[in-house]
Amino acid sequence: MKNAVGREIPDFLLKDGKEVYQGKNYMDGKYLKKASPCTRRYEKPQESKIVESIADALRQVGAKSGMTFSFHHHLRNGDYVVNMVMKSAIEELGLDDLTIAATSLGDAHDPIADYIEQGKVVGIQTSGIRGRMGEVVSAGKLKTPAIIRSHGGRPRAIEAGEVHIDIAVVAAPTSDCVGNCRGIGGKSNCGSLGYAMTDAKYADHVIVVTDCLVDFPNMPASVEAIDVDAVVVVDSIGDPRKIASAAARISQNPRDLMMAENVAKVIASTPWFKEGFSFQTGVGGPSLAANLFLEKYMDERGIKMGWAIGGICGPMVELLKKGKVGKVIDVQDFDLDAVNSINQTPGHYEMSASQYANPANKGAFVNKLDFVVLAALEIDTGFNVNVLTGSDGVLRGAPGGHPDTAAGSKCCIIVTPLVRGRMATVCEHVVTVTTPGDCVDVLVTDYGIAVNPLRPDLIECLDNAGIPHVTIEELKEKAYSIVGRPDDLEWEDNVVAVLEARDGTILDVVRKIKPLSLND
Amino acid sequence: MVINHSATAGTLESSDALITVEPGEGGIALDVTSSVMNQYGRQIKATVLDTLERLDVKDAKVTVVDKGALDCTLKARVECAVFRSCDQSAANIPWGGVIK
Repeated sequence: MKNAVGREIPDFLLKDGKEVYQGKNYMDGKYLKKASPCTRRYEKPQESKIVESIADALRQVGAKSGMTFSFHHHLRNGDYVVNMVMKSAIEELGLDDLTIAATSLGDAHDPIADYIEQGKVVGIQTSGIRGRMGEVVSAGKLKTPAIIRSHGGRPRAIEAGEVHIDIAVVAAPTSDCVGNCRGIGGKSNCGSLGYAMTDAKYADHVIVVTDCLVDFPNMPASVEAIDVDAVVVVDSIGDPRKIASAAARISQNPRDLMMAENVAKVIASTPWFKEGFSFQTGVGGPSLAANLFLEKYMDERGIKMGWAIGGICGPMVELLKKGKVGKVIDVQDFDLDAVNSINQTPGHYEMSASQYANPANKGAFVNKLDFVVLAALEIDTGFNVNVLTGSDGVLRGAPGGHPDTAAGSKCCIIVTPLVRGRMATVCEHVVTVTTPGDCVDVLVTDYGIAVNPLRPDLIECLDNAGIPHVTIEELKEKAYSIVGRPDDLEWEDNVVAVLEARDGTILDVVRKIKPLSLND
Repeated sequence: MVINHSATAGTLESSDALITVEPGEGGIALDVTSSVMNQYGRQIKATVLDTLERLDVKDAKVTVVDKGALDCTLKARVECAVFRSCDQSAANIPWGGVIK
């Protein structure tokens, strides 16, 4: 069945009430019956929940084959915990038929690819999938199609009971002996633990893995002891150098800066750019640099930003410290400046993934966003964005909060160079739709700006401000004139991944790629 | 042109291609690997074969390791490798002739 972004969704996926994507806000007003976990009572006072090893913790919570393990990705590419826990479950306890439900997965999790190939891990639910895991899933080696969700779609699915977490594992930079966790104060600090919060509340069992045990009570706790079954102390939960980089630097690349300046110009041309406006930006070159130019316009107009959300990095903390933004609310931290600021700098708060972006609760932060600036691997003439699959059709990205912020914000700006190497970023059809075009408003490239025709109000803003813009078709033709018109990818029939829209409908599927042979 | 000995041109940098030409065994034997194979493999093959034909190369083994080079880059790299393979790359390149 074809969905609202023109993608053919195979019928076998449309069971148990699953529907195809129908357009923005389709689920508005519907009711949701929340799932509830089955948790163990610890009535008898416990002096400590510390157990000797991960294997002991898994045994204590009754880990068995067929279960779903959840993880969060605040340790980013420095994470050791996913691999440690899966190794213990599979190699020490001898479990198989396991599903990993992670907020995101990256290159750090390459060893999991072996467990997929051995058939021990049979299901993957995640936002991001990269590296070897992306390759083996793309090659059709995972028993069931991977399910890809946005950061807001995941807590929605957990609350709706579409994902039932048997065991949630919290990688905690600090914990006390009963499992009050924080993202700071240890040796592998990551700042916010926002993505772990929903998991800990909805999982049957919660295991905390930490490398820094602190005195009870570890306050204010991001994950609370009332939800935790066991605490394991290991030598190291991750490589600090890969968890939080040194301060994210603003790009010096003149092309990035030119695009960033145009992003700021577009923002400044709209009616929402006024005292107290709200803003989120990615950490990519031109997106991050937009901060710099935006500050200039804020100074010129004598206005301040009310609040900012997101994955947070240094330049936003800098604005907070200068008093140019009122509050920063944070689900994840990308660099040491942000890690060291959360819950320390007045006005810098932590939030859960659900509070950030869940479309099924009663109003997430993204719904109050004025502007979001995002990147894209590809954007097509229908303004559909792909941030998941490479141009070769292989899984190597993450929707993250992209679809959530695009849908929630009043003005979603995509900033990307027109071509990358030989790849046309602006194209006829994206490989995979991860953010539907009805949520994307403006495209800023190094060869020009295009506004979604669904937004005549924004076209008027740009015209009034004298900002030149062209159609997205013109940008696509310009791109193809440089790199040549690409051949369509050829696919096998089998579906290797299902891309869920944030509301739980099916936005797209990824099939197994058919390799091209030139000898035919 | 006749390929006298093996020669290379280009690099493995992003947006470039490494072209190797070697004396052939009767006819053109072309091997292409590319980071953009699925979308541009056929165009890379066509560009390389066109360039060889323009240079009147009829007997060669050609290996292309492409890292997303544009057509103009591919042409230039193939031309350079061919001229190097018959020691004509130092002087008397027919600018405006077969090299346009």
